[in-house]
Amino acid sequence: MLELKDVMISYKNVPTVEHFSMRMKQGQIISLVGESGSGKTTVIRAILGLLPGGGKVTGGEITFEGEDILAYNAEKWRKLRGSDISMIFQDSGAMMNPTKKIGTVFTEYIRTHEKISKKEAWAKGITMLERMRLPAADNVMNSYPFQLSGGMRQRVGIAMGMTYQPKLLLADEPTSALDVTIQAQIVRQMMQLREDYNTSIIVVTHNLGVAAYMSDYIIVMKHGRIEDQGTREYILKESQNAYTRKLLDAVPSLGGESYV
Amino acid sequence: MQFRLLEVNLMSEKREVILEANHITKKFPASRGRTLIANDDVSLKMYKGQTLGLVGESGCGKSTFMKFLVSLDKPSAGEILYRGTDITKLKGEELRQSRQHIQMVFQDPTLSFNPKMTVRDIVCEPLLNFKKIKRSEKDPVCKRLLEMVELPGDYADRYPHNMSGGQRQRVAIARALALEPEIVVLDEATSALDVSVQKTVIELIIKLQKEKNITFGFICHDIALVQSVAHQIAVMYLGNLVEILPGRDLSEKAMHPYTRALMGAVFDINMDFSKPIESIDSEAPSPLDLPKGCPFRGRCAQCMEICKREKPKMTELEEGHSVACHLYRR
Repeated sequence: MLELKDVMISYKNVPTVEHFSMRMKQGQIISLVGESGSGKTTVIRAILGLLPGGGKVTGGEITFEGEDILAYNAEKWRKLRGSDISMIFQDSGAMMNPTKKIGTVFTEYIRTHEKISKKEAWAKGITMLERMRLPAADNVMNSYPFQLSGGMRQRVGIAMGMTYQPKLLLADEPTSALDVTIQAQIVRQMMQLREDYNTSIIVVTHNLGVAAYMSDYIIVMKHGRIEDQGTREYILKESQNAYTRKLLDAVPSLGGESYV
Repeated sequence: MQFRLLEVNLMSEKREVILEANHITKKFPASRGRTLIANDDVSLKMYKGQTLGLVGESGCGKSTFMKFLVSLDKPSAGEILYRGTDITKLKGEELRQSRQHIQMVFQDPTLSFNPKMTVRDIVCEPLLNFKKIKRSEKDPVCKRLLEMVELPGDYADRYPHNMSGGQRQRVAIARALALEPEIVVLDEATSALDVSVQKTVIELIIKLQKEKNITFGFICHDIALVQSVAHQIAVMYLGNLVEILPGRDLSEKAMHPYTRALMGAVFDINMDFSKPIESIDSEAPSPLDLPKGCPFRGRCAQCMEICKREKPKMTELEEGHSVACHLYRR
């Protein structure tokens, strides 16, 4: 469904990501791992055409469902975003307007994609929040982002992203700002999306444990290039790549090596 | 005044208590006449040359507690004895002098450095403040301190923004160790770093501990990481200490349902992926409206009648292992 072929992305004509290729099937979960500055976020932003100022795809092809999305105009992009492809961020709350209530933002979002009344949009929002197991959805809709906890904000973000049952969900460090018990809940919930809607998910994360748990396929990035890639089993057990091994060895493990 | 207390533990190695926190409670006033209890009757001991790991989720009071150790704040009740002196009662010059024994490394080194100071000024500032060195001695002293944290000596002229996160954290460690303190508090000191960098910083910390016999207070939310560095682990939940146990016993002997939940939520690369990740549902309640009885009862799968009425007390199960849970009452 999604294919990136030899993609090059540059900021102000300085190549940041080079020779990036990947193929993805419906219902697959792929994770991009690597250290800060390795270009993992840049790649998924490029898929959604959301590169920050000065960023541009300067080579290669990105095809989604057989269409070359790089050739899209602004109008077509807008149709694609939030319906067929959506994205959740590290802190979904920070991506919302702090002066507007969740309900206002949510209904506005629904009404840009669908011609329905405010009331219907509100009801739809509540259904989505309830599906993401948010208690007291009415209350949540009437809250400002800062009134919710990090875990709740992230659930709101997922609920918004999943409203139109996108074929592809891009998640940029979706659990990195959360407490460990909440992280486990959110990861479980994202895995459930695939069960329920057959959504394909690309997860960008620096947490190799989360990547290993969630994904079928792992791409290890370093300095803007793919350093290593393979199925989860290959990356965790077989890969002889020195960088992959170094990353894996650095992950603290319960009951593992102790320094004291 | 020298105050020495020797303890003999199970392994019959001698452990010297250098710091003892007794019944620390901290209350913050909140809106509408309410109070937020950030620390509720926390008692801990720190031993010479050993690491105390403090784990818990955000808002559980772990940083609040560590702030009392470095005298950045004062508890509402309770005492902290460092070598026999209650450091929470110190004032003025006495307080200033006591600070050189207990130092701290913060999570974000970019925010804890003055961006206009060079590395040389940063690491030598504490020494100059306490008149340990003369200005003319800054160069060799800085070089020695940088070498201690495995940075090249010529980094002295750099500014914090010219360095990577891992290098900055090394400078922060060099600054904290400049006065040769007995206790260093590391508040999520490696949490902002990439895993591979985190590993090298942890290795440095362990090496320095072995060389200089430093006591560390290690605050972290990652229980797997804490387990690999701490001699004793204290688990906090909503301001309460719920379990304290030796680090090496964590995997086998952790008892408290919350400790077990934290361990269950760890994503491990060696785990069995076919099993669903265990996690407790719901979120921690606001510390402003704590339920009566056990603070964890709302999220605990093994909640009993008594948990709703009575708050469990810390009970010692064996030497060095205490737990506050009605399931393990004697």
